[in-house]
Amino acid sequence: MSDAALQTPASEVADAEERQRLRAKRVQSIGTWLLPVVVAVLAIYGWYMLVTVNEIPHYILPGPDRVLQALIEDWSSLWQSWKVTATITTLALALAVSVGVGLAVLFNLSKWVEMSFFPYAVVLQVTPIVAVAPLIFIYVVDIDLGFVTIEDRTIGLLICAWIVAFFPILSNTTLGLSSADHNLRDLFNVYGATRWQRLRYLQAPSALPYFLGGLKISGGLSLIGAVVAEFVAGTGGIGSGLAFRILEASYRLNIPRMFAALFLIVITGIAIFAATSLLSHLLLRKWHESAIKREV
Amino acid sequence: MTADVKLASAAEAAEASRASRPTILSIEGVDKVFGRDVVALKNMSLDVRQGDFISLLGPSGCGKSTALRLVAGLSHPTKGRIRWHVPNEPGALSVVLQEPTLMPWATVADNVFLPFRLQGKSRASVQDAIDETLKLVGLQDFHGAYPRELSGGMKMRVSIARAMVTRPKLILMDEPFAALDEITRFKLNNDLLAMQAKIQSTVIFVTHSVFESVFLSDRIVVMAARPGRVIEEIGVNEPYPRQEEFRTSAEYAAQCRLASEALGRAMEDAA
Repeated sequence: MSDAALQTPASEVADAEERQRLRAKRVQSIGTWLLPVVVAVLAIYGWYMLVTVNEIPHYILPGPDRVLQALIEDWSSLWQSWKVTATITTLALALAVSVGVGLAVLFNLSKWVEMSFFPYAVVLQVTPIVAVAPLIFIYVVDIDLGFVTIEDRTIGLLICAWIVAFFPILSNTTLGLSSADHNLRDLFNVYGATRWQRLRYLQAPSALPYFLGGLKISGGLSLIGAVVAEFVAGTGGIGSGLAFRILEASYRLNIPRMFAALFLIVITGIAIFAATSLLSHLLLRKWHESAIKREV
Repeated sequence: MTADVKLASAAEAAEASRASRPTILSIEGVDKVFGRDVVALKNMSLDVRQGDFISLLGPSGCGKSTALRLVAGLSHPTKGRIRWHVPNEPGALSVVLQEPTLMPWATVADNVFLPFRLQGKSRASVQDAIDETLKLVGLQDFHGAYPRELSGGMKMRVSIARAMVTRPKLILMDEPFAALDEITRFKLNNDLLAMQAKIQSTVIFVTHSVFESVFLSDRIVVMAARPGRVIEEIGVNEPYPRQEEFRTSAEYAAQCRLASEALGRAMEDAA
Protein backbone atom coordinates (compact mmCIF):
# COMPACT_ATOMS: atom_id res chain seq x y z
CA MET A 1 0.00 0.00 0.00
CA SER A 2 2.65 2.48 1.09
CA ASP A 3 4.85 1.39 -1.82
CA ALA A 4 2.12 2.08 -4.32
CA ALA A 5 1.39 5.45 -2.72
CA LEU A 6 5.07 6.39 -2.97
CA GLN A 7 5.43 5.29 -6.56
CA THR A 8 2.30 6.70 -8.03
CA PRO A 9 3.19 10.41 -8.11
CA ALA A 10 6.63 9.83 -9.58
CA SER A 11 5.33 7.54 -12.28
CA GLU A 12 2.52 9.96 -13.07
CA VAL A 13 4.98 12.79 -13.69
CA ALA A 14 7.03 10.56 -15.93
CA ASP A 15 3.84 9.45 -17.67
CA ALA A 16 2.75 13.01 -18.35
CA GLU A 17 6.08 13.82 -20.01
CA GLU A 18 6.12 10.53 -21.81
CA ARG A 19 2.56 11.07 -23.01
CA GLN A 20 3.54 14.45 -24.38
CA ARG A 21 6.50 12.97 -26.22
CA LEU A 22 4.36 10.19 -27.65
CA ARG A 23 1.75 12.71 -28.74
CA ALA A 24 4.40 14.80 -30.48
CA LYS A 25 5.65 11.68 -32.25
CA ARG A 26 2.14 10.73 -33.36
CA VAL A 27 1.44 14.22 -34.65
CA GLN A 28 4.67 14.13 -36.61
CA SER A 29 3.94 10.75 -38.17
CA ILE A 30 0.46 11.88 -39.20
CA GLY A 31 1.89 15.15 -40.53
CA THR A 32 4.27 13.28 -42.81
CA TRP A 33 1.26 12.00 -44.74
CA LEU A 34 -1.30 14.66 -44.09
CA LEU A 35 0.67 17.79 -44.99
CA PRO A 36 1.48 16.81 -48.61
CA VAL A 37 -2.16 15.81 -49.08
CA VAL A 38 -3.36 19.15 -47.69
CA VAL A 39 -0.94 20.97 -50.00
CA ALA A 40 -2.23 18.98 -52.98
CA VAL A 41 -5.87 19.68 -52.13
CA LEU A 42 -5.17 23.40 -51.68
CA ALA A 43 -3.21 23.56 -54.95
CA ILE A 44 -5.96 21.80 -56.90
CA TYR A 45 -8.58 24.07 -55.34
CA GLY A 46 -6.48 27.13 -56.16
CA TRP A 47 -6.06 25.90 -59.73
CA TYR A 48 -9.81 25.33 -60.02
CA MET A 49 -10.59 28.81 -58.67
CA LEU A 50 -8.00 30.44 -60.93
CA VAL A 51 -9.52 28.85 -64.02
CA THR A 52 -13.14 29.49 -62.99
CA VAL A 53 -12.82 33.05 -61.72
CA ASN A 54 -10.71 34.24 -64.65
CA GLU A 55 -12.75 32.23 -67.13
CA ILE A 56 -9.62 30.84 -68.74
CA PRO A 57 -10.55 28.82 -71.85
CA HIS A 58 -9.85 25.10 -71.50
CA TYR A 59 -7.59 25.00 -74.58
CA ILE A 60 -5.18 27.27 -72.66
CA LEU A 61 -5.49 25.96 -69.11
CA PRO A 62 -8.13 23.36 -68.31
CA GLY A 63 -9.42 23.07 -64.77
CA PRO A 64 -8.80 19.93 -62.72
CA ASP A 65 -12.37 18.81 -63.42
CA ARG A 66 -11.71 18.75 -67.16
CA VAL A 67 -8.43 16.87 -66.66
CA LEU A 68 -10.27 14.27 -64.62
CA GLN A 69 -12.92 14.06 -67.30
CA ALA A 70 -10.24 13.51 -69.97
CA LEU A 71 -8.63 10.86 -67.82
CA ILE A 72 -11.94 8.98 -67.60
CA GLU A 73 -13.05 9.47 -71.21
CA ASP A 74 -9.70 8.60 -72.77
CA TRP A 75 -8.94 5.93 -70.23
CA SER A 76 -8.69 3.03 -72.68
CA SER A 77 -6.12 4.70 -74.96
CA LEU A 78 -4.22 6.25 -72.05
CA TRP A 79 -4.16 2.88 -70.28
CA GLN A 80 -2.75 1.20 -73.41
CA SER A 81 -0.08 3.88 -73.63
CA TRP A 82 0.67 3.64 -69.92
CA LYS A 83 1.28 -0.09 -70.33
CA VAL A 84 3.78 0.61 -73.12
CA THR A 85 5.66 3.24 -71.12
CA ALA A 86 5.60 1.13 -67.96
CA THR A 87 6.94 -1.88 -69.86
CA ILE A 88 9.81 0.09 -71.39
CA THR A 89 10.59 1.62 -68.00
CA THR A 90 10.59 -1.73 -66.20
CA LEU A 91 12.68 -3.46 -68.85
CA ALA A 92 15.15 -0.56 -68.96
CA LEU A 93 15.50 -0.63 -65.19
CA ALA A 94 15.99 -4.40 -65.19
CA LEU A 95 18.62 -4.03 -67.91
CA ALA A 96 20.27 -1.17 -66.01
CA VAL A 97 20.43 -3.27 -62.85
CA SER A 98 21.85 -6.35 -64.54
CA VAL A 99 24.37 -4.52 -66.72
CA GLY A 100 25.25 -2.00 -63.96
CA VAL A 101 25.81 -4.64 -61.30
CA GLY A 102 27.49 -7.01 -63.75
CA LEU A 103 29.94 -4.35 -64.90
CA ALA A 104 30.58 -3.23 -61.32
CA VAL A 105 31.48 -6.80 -60.33
CA LEU A 106 33.68 -7.12 -63.40
CA PHE A 107 35.38 -3.82 -62.60
CA ASN A 108 35.94 -5.03 -59.07
CA LEU A 109 37.39 -8.36 -60.18
CA SER A 110 39.78 -6.76 -62.64
CA LYS A 111 41.41 -3.37 -62.36
CA TRP A 112 42.37 -3.69 -66.04
CA VAL A 113 38.77 -4.00 -67.14
CA GLU A 114 37.84 -1.03 -64.96
CA MET A 115 40.65 1.13 -66.33
CA SER A 116 39.73 0.16 -69.89
CA PHE A 117 35.98 0.65 -69.77
CA PHE A 118 35.04 3.04 -66.99
CA PRO A 119 35.82 6.15 -69.08
CA TYR A 120 33.36 4.93 -71.72
CA ALA A 121 30.67 4.43 -69.11
CA VAL A 122 31.22 8.08 -68.23
CA VAL A 123 30.99 9.02 -71.91
CA LEU A 124 27.61 7.29 -72.13
CA GLN A 125 26.50 9.11 -69.00
CA VAL A 126 27.49 12.61 -70.09
CA THR A 127 26.16 12.41 -73.64
CA PRO A 128 22.68 14.00 -73.75
CA ILE A 129 20.27 11.26 -74.69
CA VAL A 130 18.20 13.50 -76.96
CA ALA A 131 21.33 14.03 -79.04
CA VAL A 132 22.09 10.33 -79.54
CA ALA A 133 18.56 8.99 -79.68
CA PRO A 134 17.95 9.83 -83.39
CA LEU A 135 21.11 7.91 -84.28
CA ILE A 136 20.06 4.95 -82.19
CA PHE A 137 16.69 4.81 -83.95
CA ILE A 138 18.48 4.67 -87.32
CA TYR A 139 20.54 1.62 -86.45
CA VAL A 140 18.19 -0.61 -84.45
CA VAL A 141 16.43 -3.48 -86.21
CA ASP A 142 13.69 -5.92 -85.27
CA ILE A 143 14.83 -8.83 -83.17
CA ASP A 144 13.14 -12.15 -83.82
CA LEU A 145 13.26 -14.34 -80.73
CA GLY A 146 11.26 -17.09 -82.43
CA PHE A 147 8.24 -16.97 -80.16
CA VAL A 148 8.04 -13.18 -80.20
CA THR A 149 9.43 -10.38 -82.34
CA ILE A 150 10.65 -7.26 -80.61
CA GLU A 151 10.07 -4.21 -82.74
CA ASP A 152 13.02 -2.01 -83.65
CA ARG A 153 11.25 0.95 -82.07
CA THR A 154 10.88 -0.81 -78.74
CA ILE A 155 14.54 -1.76 -78.81
CA GLY A 156 15.54 1.84 -79.53
CA LEU A 157 13.44 3.11 -76.63
CA LEU A 158 14.89 0.45 -74.39
CA ILE A 159 18.46 1.36 -75.30
CA CYS A 160 17.83 5.07 -74.69
CA ALA A 161 16.15 4.51 -71.32
CA TRP A 162 18.88 2.08 -70.33
CA ILE A 163 21.67 4.52 -71.16
CA VAL A 164 20.06 7.15 -68.96
CA ALA A 165 19.38 4.75 -66.10
CA PHE A 166 22.39 2.50 -65.77
CA PHE A 167 25.16 4.84 -64.66
CA PRO A 168 24.02 5.53 -61.07
CA ILE A 169 23.80 1.80 -60.47
CA LEU A 170 27.21 1.17 -62.00
CA SER A 171 29.01 3.92 -60.12
CA ASN A 172 27.28 3.32 -56.79
CA THR A 173 27.79 -0.43 -56.89
CA THR A 174 31.43 -0.02 -57.93
CA LEU A 175 31.95 2.28 -54.96
CA GLY A 176 30.05 -0.06 -52.64
CA LEU A 177 32.03 -3.15 -53.63
CA SER A 178 35.29 -1.45 -52.68
CA SER A 179 33.89 0.02 -49.45
CA ALA A 180 34.02 -3.13 -47.34
CA ASP A 181 35.54 -2.57 -43.91
CA HIS A 182 39.31 -3.15 -44.21
CA ASN A 183 39.46 -5.04 -40.90
CA LEU A 184 36.82 -7.44 -42.21
CA ARG A 185 38.83 -7.82 -45.38
CA ASP A 186 41.86 -8.78 -43.27
CA LEU A 187 39.72 -11.24 -41.38
CA PHE A 188 38.52 -12.87 -44.59
CA ASN A 189 42.15 -13.17 -45.70
CA VAL A 190 43.18 -14.81 -42.43
CA TYR A 191 40.37 -17.34 -42.85
CA GLY A 192 41.51 -18.06 -46.39
CA ALA A 193 38.39 -16.81 -48.17
CA THR A 194 38.33 -17.36 -51.92
CA ARG A 195 37.70 -14.47 -54.31
CA TRP A 196 34.13 -15.63 -54.76
CA GLN A 197 33.50 -15.99 -51.01
CA ARG A 198 34.80 -12.49 -50.41
CA LEU A 199 32.48 -11.15 -53.08
CA ARG A 200 29.48 -13.10 -51.85
CA TYR A 201 29.79 -12.74 -48.09
CA LEU A 202 31.65 -9.46 -47.64
CA GLN A 203 31.55 -7.17 -50.66
CA ALA A 204 27.98 -7.82 -51.78
CA PRO A 205 26.40 -7.03 -48.39
CA SER A 206 28.69 -4.00 -47.97
CA ALA A 207 27.65 -2.73 -51.41
CA LEU A 208 23.93 -3.31 -50.86
CA PRO A 209 23.13 0.14 -49.34
CA TYR A 210 25.10 1.84 -52.13
CA PHE A 211 23.35 -0.22 -54.79
CA LEU A 212 19.93 0.60 -53.34
CA GLY A 213 20.82 4.30 -53.36
CA GLY A 214 21.68 3.95 -57.06
CA LEU A 215 18.49 2.01 -57.71
CA LYS A 216 16.36 4.82 -56.29
CA ILE A 217 17.92 7.28 -58.72
CA SER A 218 17.87 4.88 -61.67
CA GLY A 219 14.20 4.02 -61.13
CA GLY A 220 13.23 7.62 -61.80
CA LEU A 221 15.76 7.98 -64.59
CA SER A 222 14.51 4.94 -66.49
CA LEU A 223 11.03 6.51 -66.62
CA ILE A 224 12.50 9.83 -67.74
CA GLY A 225 14.61 7.98 -70.32
CA ALA A 226 11.59 6.10 -71.65
CA VAL A 227 9.55 9.30 -71.98
CA VAL A 228 12.31 11.43 -73.50
CA ALA A 229 13.26 8.73 -75.99
CA GLU A 230 9.69 8.48 -77.18
CA PHE A 231 9.53 12.22 -77.70
CA VAL A 232 12.55 11.88 -79.96
CA ALA A 233 11.30 8.73 -81.69
CA GLY A 234 8.09 10.56 -82.43
CA THR A 235 6.33 7.88 -84.47
CA GLY A 236 2.84 7.03 -83.34
CA GLY A 237 -0.02 4.71 -83.86
CA ILE A 238 -0.89 1.66 -81.86
CA GLY A 239 1.76 0.69 -79.34
CA SER A 240 2.92 4.19 -78.47
CA GLY A 241 3.55 5.32 -74.96
CA LEU A 242 2.40 8.24 -72.86
CA ALA A 243 4.94 10.65 -74.37
CA PHE A 244 3.39 10.17 -77.77
CA ARG A 245 -0.10 10.72 -76.32
CA ILE A 246 1.14 14.07 -75.01
CA LEU A 247 2.62 15.02 -78.39
CA GLU A 248 -0.51 13.91 -80.20
CA ALA A 249 -2.82 15.79 -77.82
CA SER A 250 -0.72 18.95 -78.19
CA TYR A 251 -1.08 18.82 -82.00
CA ARG A 252 -4.83 18.63 -81.49
CA LEU A 253 -4.82 21.32 -78.82
CA ASN A 254 -6.40 18.78 -76.47
CA ILE A 255 -4.81 20.30 -73.37
CA PRO A 256 -6.86 18.33 -70.79
CA ARG A 257 -5.57 15.15 -72.35
CA MET A 258 -1.98 16.38 -72.10
CA PHE A 259 -2.51 16.98 -68.41
CA ALA A 260 -4.10 13.59 -67.98
CA ALA A 261 -1.14 11.83 -69.59
CA LEU A 262 1.29 13.93 -67.59
CA PHE A 263 -0.60 13.00 -64.45
CA LEU A 264 -0.14 9.30 -65.24
CA ILE A 265 3.60 9.79 -65.76
CA VAL A 266 3.94 11.58 -62.44
CA ILE A 267 1.96 8.89 -60.61
CA THR A 268 4.19 6.24 -62.19
CA GLY A 269 7.34 8.08 -61.08
CA ILE A 270 6.03 8.36 -57.54
CA ALA A 271 5.12 4.67 -57.54
CA ILE A 272 8.62 3.72 -58.68
CA PHE A 273 10.18 5.88 -55.99
CA ALA A 274 7.90 4.40 -53.33
CA ALA A 275 8.64 0.86 -54.47
CA THR A 276 12.43 1.32 -54.47
CA SER A 277 12.27 3.08 -51.09
CA LEU A 278 10.22 0.24 -49.65
CA LEU A 279 12.64 -2.34 -51.04
CA SER A 280 15.54 -0.43 -49.55
CA HIS A 281 13.81 -0.21 -46.19
CA LEU A 282 12.98 -3.91 -46.13
CA LEU A 283 16.52 -4.97 -46.98
CA LEU A 284 18.32 -2.60 -44.62
CA ARG A 285 16.02 -2.12 -41.64
CA LYS A 286 17.69 -4.79 -39.54
CA TRP A 287 21.21 -3.47 -39.67
CA HIS A 288 21.97 -0.34 -41.67
CA GLU A 289 22.23 3.06 -40.00
CA SER A 290 20.10 4.71 -42.67
CA ALA A 291 17.10 2.51 -41.95
CA ILE A 292 17.29 2.22 -38.18
CA LYS A 293 14.98 4.27 -36.01
CA ARG A 294 16.67 5.14 -32.75
CA GLU A 295 14.70 5.29 -29.53
CA VAL A 296 15.41 8.68 -27.99
CA MET B 1 65.24 -14.15 0.94
CA THR B 2 63.25 -17.38 1.15
CA ALA B 3 60.56 -15.81 -0.96
CA ASP B 4 63.20 -15.05 -3.58
CA VAL B 5 64.47 -18.61 -3.51
CA LYS B 6 60.92 -19.93 -3.81
CA LEU B 7 60.26 -17.60 -6.70
CA ALA B 8 63.49 -18.68 -8.36
CA SER B 9 62.76 -22.39 -8.09
CA ALA B 10 59.18 -21.90 -9.24
CA ALA B 11 60.57 -19.95 -12.15
CA GLU B 12 62.91 -22.80 -13.04
CA ALA B 13 60.09 -25.32 -12.88
CA ALA B 14 57.81 -23.16 -15.00
CA GLU B 15 60.63 -22.51 -17.41
CA ALA B 16 61.32 -26.23 -17.72
CA SER B 17 57.66 -27.03 -18.33
CA ARG B 18 57.46 -24.34 -20.99
CA ALA B 19 60.58 -25.58 -22.71
CA SER B 20 59.26 -29.14 -22.85
CA ARG B 21 56.23 -28.17 -24.96
CA PRO B 22 56.48 -28.58 -28.73
CA THR B 23 57.14 -25.49 -30.81
CA ILE B 24 54.27 -24.76 -33.18
CA LEU B 25 55.62 -21.66 -34.88
CA SER B 26 58.92 -19.82 -35.07
CA ILE B 27 59.65 -16.28 -36.09
CA GLU B 28 63.18 -16.44 -37.46
CA GLY B 29 65.22 -13.25 -37.73
CA VAL B 30 62.39 -11.27 -39.25
CA ASP B 31 62.77 -7.70 -40.52
CA LYS B 32 59.87 -5.64 -41.80
CA VAL B 33 60.60 -2.44 -43.65
CA PHE B 34 57.82 -0.19 -44.94
CA GLY B 35 58.57 1.96 -47.93
CA ARG B 36 62.29 2.65 -48.25
CA ASP B 37 63.50 3.11 -44.72
CA VAL B 38 60.74 2.84 -42.13
CA VAL B 39 61.97 -0.14 -40.10
CA ALA B 40 58.90 -1.45 -38.31
CA LEU B 41 60.56 -4.59 -37.06
CA LYS B 42 64.25 -5.47 -36.75
CA ASN B 43 65.63 -8.98 -36.41
CA MET B 44 62.79 -10.49 -34.40
CA SER B 45 63.02 -14.10 -33.35
CA LEU B 46 60.51 -15.96 -31.22
CA ASP B 47 59.54 -19.58 -30.70
CA VAL B 48 55.88 -20.02 -29.98
CA ARG B 49 55.26 -23.24 -28.07
CA GLN B 50 52.00 -25.07 -27.75
CA GLY B 51 49.87 -23.73 -24.89
CA ASP B 52 51.86 -20.50 -24.57
CA PHE B 53 50.04 -17.33 -23.68
CA ILE B 54 52.50 -14.79 -25.03
CA SER B 55 52.05 -11.04 -24.59
CA LEU B 56 53.85 -8.68 -26.91
CA LEU B 57 54.24 -5.64 -24.66
CA GLY B 58 55.60 -2.30 -25.80
CA PRO B 59 54.98 1.35 -26.59
CA SER B 60 53.27 2.35 -29.82
CA GLY B 61 55.54 2.01 -32.81
CA CYS B 62 57.44 -0.99 -31.40
CA GLY B 63 56.19 -3.26 -34.17
CA LYS B 64 54.01 -5.49 -32.00
CA SER B 65 51.03 -5.22 -34.31
CA THR B 66 53.31 -5.59 -37.31
CA ALA B 67 54.63 -8.84 -35.82
CA LEU B 68 51.06 -10.06 -35.37
CA ARG B 69 50.14 -9.22 -38.97
CA LEU B 70 53.20 -11.11 -40.17
CA VAL B 71 52.22 -14.21 -38.20
CA ALA B 72 48.65 -13.86 -39.49
CA GLY B 73 50.00 -13.88 -43.04
CA LEU B 74 48.46 -10.48 -43.73
CA SER B 75 51.87 -9.09 -44.62
CA HIS B 76 55.18 -10.64 -45.50
CA PRO B 77 58.63 -10.27 -43.93
CA THR B 78 61.19 -8.15 -45.75
CA LYS B 79 63.84 -10.51 -44.38
CA GLY B 80 63.78 -13.72 -42.37
CA ARG B 81 60.82 -16.06 -42.20
CA ILE B 82 57.86 -17.30 -40.24
CA ARG B 83 57.85 -21.08 -39.98
CA TRP B 84 54.90 -23.23 -38.99
CA HIS B 85 55.83 -26.56 -37.36
CA VAL B 86 52.27 -27.80 -37.44
CA PRO B 87 50.05 -27.78 -40.51
CA ASN B 88 48.60 -24.29 -41.01
CA GLU B 89 45.30 -25.62 -42.28
CA PRO B 90 42.06 -23.64 -42.44
CA GLY B 91 40.76 -23.05 -38.95
CA ALA B 92 44.18 -23.49 -37.32
CA LEU B 93 44.69 -19.77 -37.00
CA SER B 94 42.31 -17.04 -35.94
CA VAL B 95 42.47 -13.38 -35.03
CA VAL B 96 40.76 -10.91 -32.73
CA LEU B 97 41.37 -7.32 -33.71
CA GLN B 98 41.15 -4.11 -31.71
CA GLU B 99 37.77 -3.43 -33.28
CA PRO B 100 35.20 -6.19 -32.85
CA THR B 101 35.03 -6.27 -36.69
CA LEU B 102 31.64 -7.93 -36.95
CA MET B 103 29.53 -8.01 -40.07
CA PRO B 104 26.71 -5.56 -39.24
CA TRP B 105 24.29 -7.31 -41.60
CA ALA B 106 24.66 -10.70 -39.90
CA THR B 107 23.32 -11.95 -36.59
CA VAL B 108 25.61 -12.97 -33.74
CA ALA B 109 25.30 -16.64 -34.70
CA ASP B 110 25.99 -15.88 -38.38
CA ASN B 111 29.06 -13.87 -37.42
CA VAL B 112 30.39 -16.75 -35.36
CA PHE B 113 29.58 -19.13 -38.23
CA LEU B 114 31.84 -17.14 -40.60
CA PRO B 115 35.12 -19.13 -40.21
CA PHE B 116 33.25 -22.38 -40.88
CA ARG B 117 31.33 -20.87 -43.78
CA LEU B 118 34.62 -19.83 -45.40
CA GLN B 119 35.81 -23.42 -44.97
CA GLY B 120 32.77 -24.50 -46.95
CA LYS B 121 31.06 -26.25 -44.03
CA SER B 122 27.30 -26.40 -43.72
CA ARG B 123 25.54 -24.62 -40.89
CA ALA B 124 23.95 -27.82 -39.61
CA SER B 125 27.27 -29.61 -39.28
CA VAL B 126 28.74 -26.95 -36.99
CA GLN B 127 25.65 -25.70 -35.13
CA ASP B 128 26.75 -27.51 -31.96
CA ALA B 129 30.16 -25.84 -32.03
CA ILE B 130 28.50 -22.42 -32.49
CA ASP B 131 26.06 -23.00 -29.62
CA GLU B 132 28.79 -24.25 -27.36
CA THR B 133 31.13 -21.36 -28.13
CA LEU B 134 28.44 -18.73 -27.64
CA LYS B 135 27.76 -20.34 -24.28
CA LEU B 136 31.47 -20.22 -23.51
CA VAL B 137 31.56 -16.44 -24.03
CA GLY B 138 28.27 -15.99 -22.15
CA LEU B 139 26.13 -14.98 -25.13
CA GLN B 140 23.89 -18.04 -25.37
CA ASP B 141 20.80 -15.80 -25.33
CA PHE B 142 21.94 -13.57 -28.19
CA HIS B 143 22.04 -15.89 -31.22
CA GLY B 144 19.65 -13.78 -33.26
CA ALA B 145 20.84 -10.33 -32.12
CA TYR B 146 22.45 -7.92 -34.57
CA PRO B 147 25.81 -6.35 -33.61
CA ARG B 148 24.31 -2.87 -33.30
CA GLU B 149 22.11 -4.12 -30.47
CA LEU B 150 25.12 -5.15 -28.38
CA SER B 151 27.39 -3.21 -26.03
CA GLY B 152 31.11 -2.80 -26.78
CA GLY B 153 32.05 -5.60 -24.40
CA MET B 154 29.45 -7.96 -25.86
CA LYS B 155 30.62 -7.24 -29.40
CA MET B 156 34.13 -8.15 -28.31
CA ARG B 157 32.78 -11.39 -26.85
CA VAL B 158 31.24 -12.22 -30.23
CA SER B 159 34.58 -11.47 -31.85
CA ILE B 160 36.31 -13.83 -29.39
CA ALA B 161 33.66 -16.49 -29.97
CA ARG B 162 34.28 -16.26 -33.70
CA ALA B 163 38.00 -16.72 -33.09
CA MET B 164 37.48 -19.72 -30.80
CA VAL B 165 34.70 -21.52 -32.64
CA THR B 166 37.07 -23.55 -34.84
CA ARG B 167 39.17 -24.49 -31.79
CA PRO B 168 42.26 -23.04 -33.48
CA LYS B 169 45.82 -23.98 -32.62
CA LEU B 170 46.83 -20.32 -32.46
CA ILE B 171 44.78 -17.22 -31.67
CA LEU B 172 46.24 -13.79 -32.40
CA MET B 173 44.80 -10.91 -30.42
CA ASP B 174 45.66 -7.32 -31.29
CA GLU B 175 44.86 -5.11 -28.27
CA PRO B 176 41.33 -6.50 -28.19
CA PHE B 177 40.29 -4.74 -24.99
CA ALA B 178 42.06 -1.39 -25.49
CA ALA B 179 38.87 0.44 -26.40
CA LEU B 180 36.83 -0.91 -23.49
CA ASP B 181 36.33 0.61 -20.06
CA GLU B 182 38.43 -0.80 -17.23
CA ILE B 183 35.64 -2.67 -15.46
CA THR B 184 34.65 -4.45 -18.67
CA ARG B 185 38.30 -5.08 -19.46
CA PHE B 186 38.99 -6.78 -16.11
CA LYS B 187 35.91 -8.93 -16.52
CA LEU B 188 36.92 -9.90 -20.04
CA ASN B 189 40.48 -10.65 -18.90
CA ASN B 190 39.14 -13.08 -16.28
CA ASP B 191 36.72 -14.64 -18.74
CA LEU B 192 39.34 -14.91 -21.46
CA LEU B 193 41.54 -17.00 -19.16
CA ALA B 194 38.59 -19.21 -18.28
CA MET B 195 37.75 -19.72 -21.97
CA GLN B 196 41.38 -20.31 -22.82
CA ALA B 197 41.56 -22.99 -20.09
CA LYS B 198 38.63 -24.75 -21.79
CA ILE B 199 39.82 -24.65 -25.38
CA GLN B 200 43.59 -24.89 -24.72
CA SER B 201 44.72 -22.77 -27.65
CA THR B 202 48.01 -20.97 -27.93
CA VAL B 203 47.62 -17.19 -27.77
CA ILE B 204 49.73 -14.27 -28.90
CA PHE B 205 48.29 -11.17 -27.30
CA VAL B 206 49.40 -7.65 -28.23
CA THR B 207 48.95 -5.04 -25.51
CA HIS B 208 50.42 -1.84 -24.15
CA SER B 209 49.16 -2.55 -20.64
CA VAL B 210 51.68 -4.00 -18.19
CA PHE B 211 48.88 -5.11 -15.86
CA GLU B 212 46.98 -6.89 -18.58
CA SER B 213 50.06 -8.69 -19.87
CA VAL B 214 51.08 -9.93 -16.42
CA PHE B 215 47.60 -11.08 -15.52
CA LEU B 216 47.05 -12.96 -18.76
CA SER B 217 50.29 -14.37 -20.01
CA ASP B 218 53.02 -16.79 -19.03
CA ARG B 219 55.54 -15.17 -21.36
CA ILE B 220 55.90 -11.43 -21.82
CA VAL B 221 57.95 -10.30 -24.79
CA VAL B 222 58.97 -6.70 -24.16
CA MET B 223 59.56 -4.64 -27.30
CA ALA B 224 61.12 -1.25 -28.01
CA ALA B 225 60.37 1.26 -30.75
CA ARG B 226 62.37 2.87 -33.55
CA PRO B 227 63.30 0.40 -34.81
CA GLY B 228 60.74 -2.08 -33.46
CA ARG B 229 62.59 -4.95 -31.80
CA VAL B 230 62.49 -7.43 -28.91
CA ILE B 231 64.28 -6.19 -25.78
CA GLU B 232 63.75 -9.05 -23.40
CA GLU B 233 61.44 -11.84 -22.39
CA ILE B 234 59.93 -12.23 -18.93
CA GLY B 235 58.28 -15.40 -17.63
CA VAL B 236 55.22 -15.10 -15.39
CA ASN B 237 55.22 -18.17 -13.22
CA GLU B 238 51.82 -17.99 -11.60
CA PRO B 239 50.11 -21.22 -12.62
CA TYR B 240 46.80 -21.29 -14.49
CA PRO B 241 43.94 -21.10 -13.82
CA ARG B 242 44.49 -17.64 -12.39
CA GLN B 243 41.77 -16.12 -10.31
CA GLU B 244 40.79 -12.57 -9.58
CA GLU B 245 42.83 -12.77 -6.32
CA PHE B 246 46.03 -12.89 -8.37
CA ARG B 247 45.47 -9.22 -9.20
CA THR B 248 45.88 -8.21 -5.56
CA SER B 249 48.71 -10.63 -4.67
CA ALA B 250 52.31 -9.73 -3.89
CA GLU B 251 53.55 -11.92 -6.77
CA TYR B 252 51.41 -9.95 -9.20
CA ALA B 253 52.83 -6.67 -7.89
CA ALA B 254 56.37 -8.02 -8.14
CA GLN B 255 55.82 -9.27 -11.69
CA CYS B 256 54.26 -5.97 -12.70
CA ARG B 257 57.30 -4.16 -11.34
CA LEU B 258 59.63 -6.42 -13.31
CA ALA B 259 57.65 -5.86 -16.50
CA SER B 260 57.41 -2.12 -15.90
CA GLU B 261 61.16 -1.88 -15.40
CA ALA B 262 61.75 -3.79 -18.61
CA LEU B 263 59.32 -1.50 -20.41
CA GLY B 264 61.16 1.47 -18.89
CA ARG B 265 64.43 0.16 -20.35
CA ALA B 266 62.67 -0.31 -23.69
CA MET B 267 61.51 3.31 -23.63
CA GLU B 268 65.01 4.52 -22.73
CA ASP B 269 66.44 2.50 -25.59
CA ALA B 270 64.03 4.05 -28.00
CA ALA B 271 64.92 7.57 -26.85
